[in-house]
Amino acid sequence: MLTYLLRRFGFIFLTLILASIIIFSVTQFLPGDVAQIILGQFATEVAVENLREELGLNKPLHMQYLNWAGGFIRGDWGDSLVSRLPVRPMVMQRLGNSAMLAGLALLIYVPLGIILGVIAALKRDKMPDQLITGVSMAFVGLPEFVSGLLLITFLAIGAGWFPANSSIDPDSTFMESLPYLILPAITVSLSGLGYIARMTRSGTIDVLRTDYVRAAELKGLSGSQVLIRHVLRNSLLPTVTIVAMGIGWLLGGLIVTEAVYGYPGLGRMIVYGIQRQDLPIIQAASMIVVAVYSFSNLAADILYGLLNPRIRVGK
Amino acid sequence: MPDHDAVLNVENLTVTYNTEKGPLDTVRNVSLKIAPGEIYGLVGESGSGKTTLARAVVRYLPANGLISGGAIHLSGTDLLNLPKAEMRRIWGARVTMVHQDPNASINPSMLIGEQIAEVVRAHLNLSKKEAMARAVEMLKKVRMPDPEAVANRYAHQLSGGMLQRVLIATAIATNPEFLIMDEPTTALDVTTEAVILDLIHELMEEYNTAVLFITHNLGVVARICDRIGVLYAGEIMEEGSIRQVFKDRLHPYTRGLLGCVPRVDASRKDIALSAIPGFIPRPDELPDGCVFGPRCDFVEEACRAERPPLVDAARGHQTACRRWELMKGKAEEAREIREDGGTEELGHVVLEARNIKKYFPFTGGFGPLLKGKRPVVKAVDDISVRMRSSFTMGIVGESGCGKTTLARCIAGLEEATSGEIELEGKKLSYSVTSRPREILKKIQMVFQNPDASLNPQHPAGDSVARPLILLRNMSKKQVRERVAELFEAVSLPADYIDRLPHELSGGEKQRVAIARAFAADPALMICDEPISSLDVSVQASLMNLLTDLQDSKGTSYLFISHDLAAVRHISDWIAVVYLGRLWEIGSAEDVFVPPYHPYTEALLSAIPIPDPEIKQDRIRLKGSVPSAMDIPSGCRFHTRCPRKIGEICEREEPPWRDRPDGHRICCHIPIEELEALQGEGLLKKAGVGGDK
Repeated sequence: MLTYLLRRFGFIFLTLILASIIIFSVTQFLPGDVAQIILGQFATEVAVENLREELGLNKPLHMQYLNWAGGFIRGDWGDSLVSRLPVRPMVMQRLGNSAMLAGLALLIYVPLGIILGVIAALKRDKMPDQLITGVSMAFVGLPEFVSGLLLITFLAIGAGWFPANSSIDPDSTFMESLPYLILPAITVSLSGLGYIARMTRSGTIDVLRTDYVRAAELKGLSGSQVLIRHVLRNSLLPTVTIVAMGIGWLLGGLIVTEAVYGYPGLGRMIVYGIQRQDLPIIQAASMIVVAVYSFSNLAADILYGLLNPRIRVGK
Repeated sequence: MPDHDAVLNVENLTVTYNTEKGPLDTVRNVSLKIAPGEIYGLVGESGSGKTTLARAVVRYLPANGLISGGAIHLSGTDLLNLPKAEMRRIWGARVTMVHQDPNASINPSMLIGEQIAEVVRAHLNLSKKEAMARAVEMLKKVRMPDPEAVANRYAHQLSGGMLQRVLIATAIATNPEFLIMDEPTTALDVTTEAVILDLIHELMEEYNTAVLFITHNLGVVARICDRIGVLYAGEIMEEGSIRQVFKDRLHPYTRGLLGCVPRVDASRKDIALSAIPGFIPRPDELPDGCVFGPRCDFVEEACRAERPPLVDAARGHQTACRRWELMKGKAEEAREIREDGGTEELGHVVLEARNIKKYFPFTGGFGPLLKGKRPVVKAVDDISVRMRSSFTMGIVGESGCGKTTLARCIAGLEEATSGEIELEGKKLSYSVTSRPREILKKIQMVFQNPDASLNPQHPAGDSVARPLILLRNMSKKQVRERVAELFEAVSLPADYIDRLPHELSGGEKQRVAIARAFAADPALMICDEPISSLDVSVQASLMNLLTDLQDSKGTSYLFISHDLAAVRHISDWIAVVYLGRLWEIGSAEDVFVPPYHPYTEALLSAIPIPDPEIKQDRIRLKGSVPSAMDIPSGCRFHTRCPRKIGEICEREEPPWRDRPDGHRICCHIPIEELEALQGEGLLKKAGVGGDK
């Protein structure tokens, strides 16, 4: 187990190095000169040249990369080119915001998706199944700006239950932000729900067909005993993987939802960074997203192993 | 017997499925009674309705199935009038079931002990602790080694035989009055099967349970059952005590089934198997009159007029044949004697495989990696075989002994680790990818699972045409002619050429696979369990087909099977393999009579023989085959050998001992001693050529 973990960590380290090289190279190809951007259009050429020297932009690319990567590891993520403030606290704050939204969304759509998936599997090819499968797939296909706008129109503006704008104060706690989080979390959940429900449905149908479930029914166990002990224990295993993959998406990929609600998450930060060519922001935020993806997948694999006796207990 | 004694009393049961073609009666008017302590064997080919009948009896049918007529009483309780919720109190408490595949029937993520305990808790009102204690007690009852430890294990940590014990323990934990066993030993090795059958027999005597024992294996029925019902196309054809049915065979279908089974005391040189022509009719295509009529040798006009009812032929013996009196007295029909069999001339050497070894590096698991040394699985460890033309070498052994790996090494599908493979004097490279076409053509293979060995997208004819195009460069016209010839040779109608695999039955698919192998005109054909997944009548026709094709083409067969009777029937020579090595090799006649290797002896003693008159010695092997990663020292068989003589077996590798005619045995016990120990052999009644 230890060797396995070490190997997986090694792989994550490699992934991160590869990702950092790609992120660094891509930001180099963005149009425009960094020194020029910082100083503005009207700066003298001498001033620009001095700043280039100061920022190390005249050094060869691989030296620049090593400087940047070294700084990143030490915790020096550079200053924003726009606000001139250190990048790290800004990114970490956004990460915290994204985590709040992600957490709430997971709390909504994972249990709901599992319940709907199990119901669909138990009633497969009948009305409830067709309804659940059809509606959840429709939501997966519906773009977030559509579902988001619909929710705002009806639940925020129409009914007035939730605020329409979620641009929360940077210092607010989770409880304070909660009312602002609900609509974005529902929007995200509508997209994620379908995957969980579908995975759970197909996993459960497979397990319902097995001989050991038939054997359990013929033991005279009650329906709920068969379902919980024999079906769900086995059928929810693949769902763990899907949930973990969702975490990466929730933390870094909610650009549209965050934009619709004006929510200050990590995804929107990357978009801002790109629009303003704020390279340190783009680099740091992207690296965080890659790291979150890698570690949540590792966590999923470990959890899967712990839940599955065939992996947990050897021969 | 009087009705009130029967535990299970089924009267005129009819089961109907609602299908796209409308309602279909898959089981019709079946009546049966099972007394306490009685094991009732229900036999029939696949599609005969065995499993449907068993599930209907306990009212566990799929949503589209319903019981449309008849009555079922369980010790007086009318099951058909019980609400579904009440059935749940009967399942697991008064009726239990042991399923076919022990691996699939146990929940992989629940402890073994919990799975036994839950049925006890559900019905006997025991606390969690008491139920666990009961589970361990039940595991002891089925003679599980180390029951406390096993209760805390998961399914993947146990062997197939141990899992089947767990299922039996679960089934008897609530002391039910009626137990259904659906092919309980089919997925097991012959040696494990024998042990499990003994166990079932003893336990049922002790518990006095009524058992419905479903199987397709007539040998198993003969060994364990008291009475037998022969099911065909959803109807009982014949019913009676084991002795009555096996001796008198008052229905042509029973005769047909028994005629299909190869005998351990005769080979293809002596007898041809009599396969039953045709197929079981589907429920929507039942013939008029007797359902077996279209396949029956004794059919006459009156048989087609109306469905013959079951009539009493003797006390407790019923048959659904109108002409049963004709069969009475005519005990066993003399089987067709082969005249052209057994050419004594030796053919030229086709294959010479010397000292083949195949070691797999062990991957997976973390423990061994930390120790530093990389373990290897020695799947094949120094095996040599020589094969001549028009000759069949049978390879037998338990699963995991290296049979298939050896075959795959010879075919080049697996690269041997060392050794020499020569085909007609030419040395072959290990990998199939580096062998030239002329060689590829000469070694062909037929695989076990016909469903997986044909491309489902290609018509049968295309599969057969591939080797002709790829290996023999034939023109389109030649290919078409040759494909037609090959289909004729394997007795398939010409219009099957354009059919897709899913339109063919299992036996037909295997015929296509055989035709494809012969298309390349091979010198050597490797048959890896080619008949194991098929019904007995199909097995018989395929074995006859292989024999005929060998006679006309002179091909050599390497025939791998765990079915010793089939190997005995088809092989000239037999090699006995255990843990990657040969232990005995010789002509089929020599290997199956004493003296034999103790392992061969145990295998033979385990074969279920479809003849209740033959009494076999009970030699049973303990446990299962040791891991090929951790091979025992000295003689590899010493850990399980019933004839172990002492320390020498653990310390030294046994020598090869030669007998006349190339028969060789690898054992520490000298031949003379083996001969004295084993006497006249296991198949007492069946000496050489032992017909009644």
